[in-house]
Amino acid sequence: MEEVKLLGFWPSPFVYRVIWALKLKGVKYEYIEQDIFNKSELLLQCNPVYKKVPVLLHRGKPISESVVILEYIEETWPENHLLPEDAYERALARFWIQFHTCQIPSFHAFFGLTAGEDQQKTIESVLETLKILEEQGLGDKKFFGGDSINLVDITHGWLALWFGAVEEMVGVKLLEPSTLPRLHAWVQNFKQVPVIRDNLPDYQKLVAHMKRVREMLVPQV
Amino acid sequence: MADEVVLLDYWASMFGMRARVALAEKGVKYEYREEDLRNKIKSQLLLQMNPVHKKIPVLIHNGKPVSESLIIVQYIDEVWRDKAPLLPSEPYQKAHSRFWADFIDKKLYDACSKIWSTKGEEREAAKKDFIEILKQLEGQLGDKPYFEGEKFGFLDIALITFYCWFHAFETCGNFSIEAECPKLIAWAKRCMQRESVSRSLADEKKVYELVLGVQKMLGVE
Repeated sequence: MEEVKLLGFWPSPFVYRVIWALKLKGVKYEYIEQDIFNKSELLLQCNPVYKKVPVLLHRGKPISESVVILEYIEETWPENHLLPEDAYERALARFWIQFHTCQIPSFHAFFGLTAGEDQQKTIESVLETLKILEEQGLGDKKFFGGDSINLVDITHGWLALWFGAVEEMVGVKLLEPSTLPRLHAWVQNFKQVPVIRDNLPDYQKLVAHMKRVREMLVPQV
Repeated sequence: MADEVVLLDYWASMFGMRARVALAEKGVKYEYREEDLRNKIKSQLLLQMNPVHKKIPVLIHNGKPVSESLIIVQYIDEVWRDKAPLLPSEPYQKAHSRFWADFIDKKLYDACSKIWSTKGEEREAAKKDFIEILKQLEGQLGDKPYFEGEKFGFLDIALITFYCWFHAFETCGNFSIEAECPKLIAWAKRCMQRESVSRSLADEKKVYELVLGVQKMLGVE
């Protein structure tokens, strides 16, 4: 019997990447909520290197790091391909998945945005990476995966809800039809995909949670 | 029709060396093109082929570019699949290799650079971090000849290219890596016996000279 468990934390967009991939493949799994402020023995045992969620457990064996988990899911349950079959297209997909990693520093800065000189620089930096994603990653396609979503869409899925919550919290809107028309359209299309639409955290709860985290990290705000 | 393979690279880059090792393992003939990074000159071809990051290595296969060293190695493994498989075939072992290769990219480069680009307490802290990271990797190696078992593969390639920089780190930091991680050094020497590795890695004395030159420029000694 396939035994699949997912250690997660409800506000985490990285956990949702795994949830979406498992649901798209029709894989049944047991979800185990973790308290990341009070980490369980199970989490520490399964991910001793980073002590973070998500962790996927398959037949008792743990896999950590969401991008590694996504590739594992793709290979283990090959129905409904979430990566291109052509090697070159697959390399391109992996490039755009990895692009997310270099966006992280500017997004962290945006999350902790305060008034002052740095604010404009941070906003410009975030806009620049989103423009690159829109123009060179997405281009004229409906989804990064073409007509249907794939692992690249899933990796950038946090833009569909979490980014909006950060925008609301810091009071700056960047992902607009006027600034990023194609990426904005992608967000609307992505949220309408049934597996995505039916598997998103509560928006108000998310904003409230982010506000609490921000208060902890940015005391002067 | 013969394959046309070009590698845009920089002689001292441990990331570029990964592509060289992979191509050599597969016996792929390619044209090596050096970018003049020391003088901060990036060719038109590099800017065209990697407009997002403008970095080497870039593998150009029949005119189509692939960027990011670990993505390049996976691409090489998938295209030239008839010889010397680099990634394990079993999905869990593949995930394990990907996880630790990602760990190397997240942690090792920053720790190493600080050893030669800083001084005093910052340098001592960098040395400590570096050794801790190597010890974690040595723990994964265990008593196996290579990271994935009996065969040289993806994770060995991800790490071995840092080996030609060890002499520079040891001299700048005044410490012995072998004294701290003897099993890892034994593994490195084993890898160096492979022609694909010994021919792809830079000369460690030349690397040290390069580091001395950069240190002078930065005003660090």
